[in-house]
Amino acid sequence: MTAKSKIRIATTSLAGCFGCHMSFLDMDERLVALLEQVELNRSPFTDIKQCGPCDIGLIEGGVCNAENVHVLRDFRAHCTILIAVGACAINGGVPAMRNYFDLQDCLQEVYLNGTGVTNPQIPSDIELPLLLDKVYPVSEVVPIDYFLPGCPPSADEFLQILEPLLTGHKPELPKSHVHYD
Amino acid sequence: MAMQAKPNTISIDGQEIAFTAGQTIMDAALAAKIYIPHLCHYPGLRPSGNCRLCVVEISNRSTAACITPAVTGQEIRNNTPELNAIRKTITQMLFVEGNHICPSCEKTGNCKLQAMGYYLGMLDDHFPQFYQRREMDASHAGILLDRSRCILCDLCVRASREVDEKNVFAIAGRGTDAHLIVNSSTGKLGDSTIAVTDLAANICPVGAILIKEQGYQVPIGQRIYDLHTIRETALQENVTKEHHEK
Ligand code: SF4
Ligand code: FES
Repeated sequence: MTAKSKIRIATTSLAGCFGCHMSFLDMDERLVALLEQVELNRSPFTDIKQCGPCDIGLIEGGVCNAENVHVLRDFRAHCTILIAVGACAINGGVPAMRNYFDLQDCLQEVYLNGTGVTNPQIPSDIELPLLLDKVYPVSEVVPIDYFLPGCPPSADEFLQILEPLLTGHKPELPKSHVHYD
Repeated sequence: MAMQAKPNTISIDGQEIAFTAGQTIMDAALAAKIYIPHLCHYPGLRPSGNCRLCVVEISNRSTAACITPAVTGQEIRNNTPELNAIRKTITQMLFVEGNHICPSCEKTGNCKLQAMGYYLGMLDDHFPQFYQRREMDASHAGILLDRSRCILCDLCVRASREVDEKNVFAIAGRGTDAHLIVNSSTGKLGDSTIAVTDLAANICPVGAILIKEQGYQVPIGQRIYDLHTIRETALQENVTKEHHEK
């Protein structure tokens, strides 16, 4: 028997809550079967920090800072197929609710004037990525191949989009599975 | 040459249906249990033709079914891949124009805009988000108005005028400046005559007008459009409506 080369998948969470990643793990024992066909590259699951060439990239979360832009572009450069996973990646989601306020007002409220703030100062360490004016959907920064809506998408839905891709087919979510919440 | 049509019948996607004088294509379709997607149409209220979801084709012309009178012999195309693709694009435009953050909205699962997205297989918003800043009005003890989610369907305006006979709402401004205004001395809902039991307070298809303190009575996952398609509920809504009128 010749060992078939495994499909390489990378995952990342940008401006998200890791909920989509937790939901991916809800595949539970089905992960065992999946991992026979799949090898995880850069991902919070592996702690690999640099993205190598991959077949599929899963992006959770929108784009809120300069580092998110960098990581997203890196994923686009290294992944043949890029999938926006979850409400935040698709339209900004809950983090994008800051878009209704000026960034400066947000920072002042959180770090200077908010209730319970001690030692008020706006963080400015050079290590911290600069915030963007707004939180953006990933598709406004790089081209995206597929969208998997849901907050989060369920483990079943992850499988539904991944399984056809593993065999080189085009995934199609049945309408009964589409949900934005 | 088309065959001589029977009087008072139209055909929708090849299915012949009867209509009565004065009915629109939408009225006739709903009465015959044919679903034409719609958001701003509500059986019993005067149609206003503003959401354009009900676009259908007659010959080489497209028209809004809710404001087009049924005329003998019309051959109407409705449930076609092309029209549903146009409807999906319209739905996507409605999504990006407002602030529709479904996971944070009390109306999620009961929202017709969302349900329309589900029905049309919309997976993303396609267009860049507007992220508009729109005014919230929490002044009323029992009703919240969050203009962020308003799709300007005009249903609350018509319900208040035609059924509640109060005239609480109107739409002011044009284009992207169009917004819902409230008829009270302060422009606030709390100073208007609206009541929690008014049709205008309950008709909003999205989460722009919400009754307070009941948003999570039904858990997410067990709400209307978690269990049914908008097609099913729209056909059902019409039955209930006819039933009430008898
Ligand atoms: S508040 Fe609701 S019912 Fe009124 S115009 Fe806006 S979307 Fe329509
Ligand atoms: S339902 Fe006809 S235009 Fe809205």
